Amino acid sequence: MSNLEDLYREIILDHYRSPRNRGELPSPPAHKVEGFNPLCGDEVTLYLDVHDGVLSDIKLTGHGCSISQSSSSLMSAAVKGKPLNDVNATIETFKQLMTGHESALTTEEEADEEVDLRTLGELAALQGVVKFPVRIKCATLAWNALRQGLDEIANQN
Amino acid sequence: MSSFNVRRIRADIPLLQREINGRKITYLDSGASSLQPHAVIDAMSRYYELRHANVHRGVYQTANEATEAYEGSRAAVALFLNAPGGADEVVFTKNTTESLNLIAKTWGADHLAQGDVVLVSEMEHHANIVPWFQLREATGVEVRFIPVGDDYRLDLTKLDELLDGVKLLSVTAMSNVLGTKNPIAELAEAAHRVGALIAVDGAQSIVHGVTDVQELDIDFLAFSGHKMLGPTGIGVLWTRESVLDTMGPFMGGGGMIADVRVDGFTPAKGVARFEAGTPPIAESVGLRAAVRYLTGLGMENVADHDHELTVDALTRLESSFDGRVRVIGPSDTKDRGGVISLDVEGVHPHDVAQVLDQFGVCVRPGHHCAKPLMKRFGLAATARASFGPYSTTRDTDVLLEALTSAVSMFG
Ligand SMILES: Cc1ncc(COP(=O)(O)O)c(C=O)c1O
Repeated sequence: MSNLEDLYREIILDHYRSPRNRGELPSPPAHKVEGFNPLCGDEVTLYLDVHDGVLSDIKLTGHGCSISQSSSSLMSAAVKGKPLNDVNATIETFKQLMTGHESALTTEEEADEEVDLRTLGELAALQGVVKFPVRIKCATLAWNALRQGLDEIANQN
Repeated sequence: MSSFNVRRIRADIPLLQREINGRKITYLDSGASSLQPHAVIDAMSRYYELRHANVHRGVYQTANEATEAYEGSRAAVALFLNAPGGADEVVFTKNTTESLNLIAKTWGADHLAQGDVVLVSEMEHHANIVPWFQLREATGVEVRFIPVGDDYRLDLTKLDELLDGVKLLSVTAMSNVLGTKNPIAELAEAAHRVGALIAVDGAQSIVHGVTDVQELDIDFLAFSGHKMLGPTGIGVLWTRESVLDTMGPFMGGGGMIADVRVDGFTPAKGVARFEAGTPPIAESVGLRAAVRYLTGLGMENVADHDHELTVDALTRLESSFDGRVRVIGPSDTKDRGGVISLDVEGVHPHDVAQVLDQFGVCVRPGHHCAKPLMKRFGLAATARASFGPYSTTRDTDVLLEALTSAVSMFG
């Protein structure tokens, strides 16, 4: 059962059972963006407050599987209060973590070289997802929504 | 007693010998697609090895044999359905979806206009909803829904009102989510009483019991080869000959014409006009082998076996999880087939399916292409286990073992 424990790490189950930053922000002023996976019906809605180049607050609602919901919770904890530069870097690193392994050919050591897991903190718990290719889209749902939301905010200004 | 011996059936199916994650596969996704016995796989191989050629118009020996094989499959399907007009009523398509689209895009487009009503039900697969919405966009017909009651069955209390203005009733004989078997003969009678035709989505029902189109007195029947132990890539639309004769062609191309000139074309007569291009020849051979295999088992026996498995599984699911595992479907096992949708408290269906996979258990998470039905019961998805003729109570044992693990993991 090692594989399954790789996927459902304790941190993931914890974020699934007690999601962080649940809720809504008044929008406007917060920017609202939705992510939707039509295949499985997973949904996430993000509320983003950006001030002076900082993602000062983030809240989210949604429903779906443990991977999509814990990934969005972990994401919110990782990016809340961070300068946009750092947020962008985290998004990139996370996406690399998810796509770098997609071929499933890279060994874990090689992958570790590609993505410095230390910069990811708790998010590294999600790396087991890449061994389950159909679940990658669950893990990236909230991240794609965040990327989209930040791009929309940038284009407004 | 009969020729139905599940142990022998299992031995016939190569995929059931596979191991997944170190365990013998527990295949509980026959509702999505069934597994194939050697008889089907070998028939297709032998066809390719010995007889393959394109059908119709060839004069050499293998071309004649391929044509005979293809047309022979049509006759075998007609016999299996007890089609009154025989092979002339059997159109080969790609799958159920194409068969239903064919009805909408030929019969529907020719016979329906603004003000007419197509009556479907809330428990339909998208394949029996979207083609009618497309027809609505094209012609302005109304698409009306028979509601589903809290008992997970069609609510027919207002059927007479619902039938007002209806020209076609198009319903599934068995829900691919709930397992509910609908009273098709009764619905056919009601439709005919108001002068409407009835089309039946037989995708699930075809392998869960006897289908006799004369006894049911229906007008169209759609189903797929791959859900009845046959191959993918072939489906069937059976249509009463008197109705078929009133339908224009479907796709245009070779094989469906009587004549083509620079100023136009004349469609072929009979089923040929719905079969443009090179048809699924090898698949038809596989389908015929599947029909022969199922006939050998006896569809009454297949239905009895399915019923026993369903009663056993529902009883054990009910008593095993302190209410944490809810069955989304009728608890009354009369007129109910072996498709069992589960809602596990606190565990998303994708996670259920993921944990089950670790035990080699194949179930399907999702909306099962029945979003209006999901919405009706306030669900985004379920985890669905479904039986085939080769399933056993042992499969249910492993299902329960794996579910126990899923419940405790997220508990
Ligand atoms: C009730 C029902 N209708 C239609 C379909 C569509 O079948 P196919 O995908 O073979 O066209 C299915 C298969 O999932 C089904 O269960």
